[in-house]
Amino acid sequence: MATFDLNDDSVVVIIGTGAGGGVLANELAQKGVKVVALEAGGRYLPEDYINDEWDSFTQLAWLDARTTSGDWRVARDFSGLPAWIVKAVGGTTTHWAGASIRFQDHEWKALTTYGAVEGANLLDWPIDGAEMAPWYEKAETKLGVTRTGDRAGLPGNNNFKVFEKGALALGYKEVHTGRMAINSAEYDGRMACQQTGFCFQGCKWGAKWSAAYTDIPAGEATGNLEVRDRSHVARILHDDAGRVTGVEYFDKDGALQMQKARIVCVAGNSFESPRLLLNSASSMFPDGLANSSGMVGRNYMRHTTGSVYAIFDKPVKMWRGTTMAGIVQDEARHDPSRGFVGGYELETLSLGLPFMAAFLNPGGWGRSFTTALDHYQNMAGMWIVGEDMPQLKNGVTLSETKDQHGLPVANVHFDDHPNDIAMRNHATKQGVAIYEAVGATRAFPTPPYPSTHNLGTNRMSEKPQDGVVNKWGQTHDIANLFVSDGSQFTTGAAENPTLTIVALAIRQADHIAAEMSAGTI
Amino acid sequence: MTKHELRGLTRRQLLSRSLAAAGSIAITGAGFVAAPNAAWAVEVKVITPAQMATLMQMARDIYPHDQVADSFYAVAVKGYDAEDRKALVEAGIAELDAAAKALGHADYVSIGWEEDRVKVLQSLETTAFFQTVRAGLVTGLYNQKDLWPIFGYEGESFSKGGYIERGFNDIDWL
Repeated sequence: MATFDLNDDSVVVIIGTGAGGGVLANELAQKGVKVVALEAGGRYLPEDYINDEWDSFTQLAWLDARTTSGDWRVARDFSGLPAWIVKAVGGTTTHWAGASIRFQDHEWKALTTYGAVEGANLLDWPIDGAEMAPWYEKAETKLGVTRTGDRAGLPGNNNFKVFEKGALALGYKEVHTGRMAINSAEYDGRMACQQTGFCFQGCKWGAKWSAAYTDIPAGEATGNLEVRDRSHVARILHDDAGRVTGVEYFDKDGALQMQKARIVCVAGNSFESPRLLLNSASSMFPDGLANSSGMVGRNYMRHTTGSVYAIFDKPVKMWRGTTMAGIVQDEARHDPSRGFVGGYELETLSLGLPFMAAFLNPGGWGRSFTTALDHYQNMAGMWIVGEDMPQLKNGVTLSETKDQHGLPVANVHFDDHPNDIAMRNHATKQGVAIYEAVGATRAFPTPPYPSTHNLGTNRMSEKPQDGVVNKWGQTHDIANLFVSDGSQFTTGAAENPTLTIVALAIRQADHIAAEMSAGTI
Repeated sequence: MTKHELRGLTRRQLLSRSLAAAGSIAITGAGFVAAPNAAWAVEVKVITPAQMATLMQMARDIYPHDQVADSFYAVAVKGYDAEDRKALVEAGIAELDAAAKALGHADYVSIGWEEDRVKVLQSLETTAFFQTVRAGLVTGLYNQKDLWPIFGYEGESFSKGGYIERGFNDIDWL
C-alpha cells in the first residue's frame, strides 16, 4: 500500500470512498494516477459485518449529528437521522441492496420530456443514454450485475414469489428477480449469494459488490492509492488564483492535518459534499466553493419512496434470502395519464423484526400496531422507488448545530412536491393491489424511511448558472475541483442510483486521467 | 408441597393482599416485583416496586402482545430503575395516575380493561414521559433476541450458511 507525503502536491485527493469516490480512486490508481483517499469512517470487512440490525446500524451508519426541517415525516420521526447511509471505507456500498438498473433514455432529459412542472426546478442532464451506454456496460461488468452480460438472474425467494404472483395477476409484464450486483454464480473472485438475508448489514459472504472489498483493495494493490480512514475533511483550501490546493482534515487522532493536492474530488454523498463546499467558504468565495450559481446544497432529491407490507393467512418468511431481488418495472414509464410525471419501480424489501418495529409506522402503538407485528412471519414487503422533483427549497444548508470537530453540520430540508405525493399514492395503491391479488388480509402503507438515495445537491448542468458541475463532474467555477458522487445528479430518474454513480465515476476517471496527461489540470 | 414452597406462596399471597389494587401482571413487594406464579422477579433499587409495576403495565398497554410473557416487558423497562431516571419516573407516573383519576379511576394500574387504560395513555400521548417510554420500548422490547422466536423471526443466519439450503424459497401455498 502506498503512502504519500502531506506536502505531495501531485496527488489527487478524493474525499469519500463509496460508490463514487471508492470507484474513482481505484480507476485512477489503475491508470497510474497517485491518489490519497480520505474517508471519515473506519474500515470494516465481511468478517466484521454483523447479522443483527441494531448492532450493524451502530457499527456502520453515519451517526454524526445532522438536523432536519420541512414537511417530510422523517423530520418528525427521525429528526436527527435524515439518512440511513454509512460511515465506513466503501461508504454506503456496504449497506446498499444491490439493485443496479440503468436510467431510461428519456430520464436524462426530464425537462424536455415532462415539460416545466410548477414548483419543480427540472433540468436536462448535459449527457444522455447513448453517451452513458458504454460506461454503464463497464459498470455492470465491474459490479457483476445479474441479467446483464451473460450473468444469470438470482433465484426468487419467498418474498419474491408472493410479489411475482400478485404482479402477474395484475397484468404486469416486467417482473423478475432484478438486475442485482449480487452474484448468482461465482464472479470476480467472489462467491455466489447464499440467500442469507441481511443484505443491508454488509454481505458477510462478499457476494454483493461493495467498494470496501473490491475496488478499494484493488486500487491499493497498484501502489498508487493510499486510503486514510477515520479522516474527516474539514475544509478545501485554494490559492489566490482560485484553484484548489489541498484539504484540511482531522486525522484518526483528532489532529488537524493538511494534505496538498493537484486535484480534489468530493464524494461524501449529497449531504456531506455540499456541506464541505459550504464550510470551505473564504473571502474569495464567501458563499462556499463552486457556488457562483447558488446551487450548492439545492435541488435535493431522495426518490419518492414508501413501502407496502401485507399480511397473509399463511407464512411467508420474507426475511429469508436476498433482500431486494424482485422488481416490477411496468410503472417506471413516463405516463402523465396516471396523474404525475416520471415513473416508479416496485422492489421487494424486508426488514427484520427489530427494524419492522421501528419503521412500520414510526410512533405507532397499541393493538393496531402490535397485531401487525404479531403476524410478522406471514408478512410480505415491497419498496417504492420513483423519480421525485428537484425543488430549489429542498436541500442542505449549514445548521446552528456543530459536530464533534466544531464544524457546522448539514441541515436537510425537504418538502414533498405534489407530484411526489401523487406518485406515492399511486404506487401504494398498486402495491396493495398486488398483495390483495394473492389474498392479503391486511396491508400497510408504510411511510418513507430515512433516505438512502440522496441526490442532486451539486447538480450537473450545461450552463454554469444552472448547476454546480459540468458534464464531467468538474465544477463550473474551479477547474481542479470535481464532484464524484450522487450529488451530481441533475434529476433522480426512477432507478436506484448506485449503478449510475459508478458509471459516472468510471467515466470521470477516464476524463481526469486524460486531462492530467494533457496537462490541462 | 414442601414447607419452603408453602412459605413462599404464603409470602406472595400476603404481598398480593397488602396492595390495595394489585395490577393483573405483577405482585410487588419490598424491593422487587414478581410474577404471581414466581416465573420471574425484578429487583428494584431506586424506584419503588409499585412504580416498576406501573411501568410494566404501561409497556404492555403501549405494545400489547398477548403471547409475550411479562418478563420481556420487565426487561424492557428495567433501565428506568436508575438514579438518573428516577425523577422522570416519579413525575411521569404521578402524571399518569392524575390522568387516570381525571377519567374517574383510582389510579392507572387498577383500571381493569386495557381499552380504558389506553384512553389514559392517549390523553398523555404528547408528553415527554409517554414518548420517552414508547420510544425506549422500540428497542428495549423488540431487540430482545429471546423474544424473536415468539414472532417466528429467525435472526442471524450467516453461521448456519444462510437459507440457500434452508428454505429461502419454501413457500408452498401460493
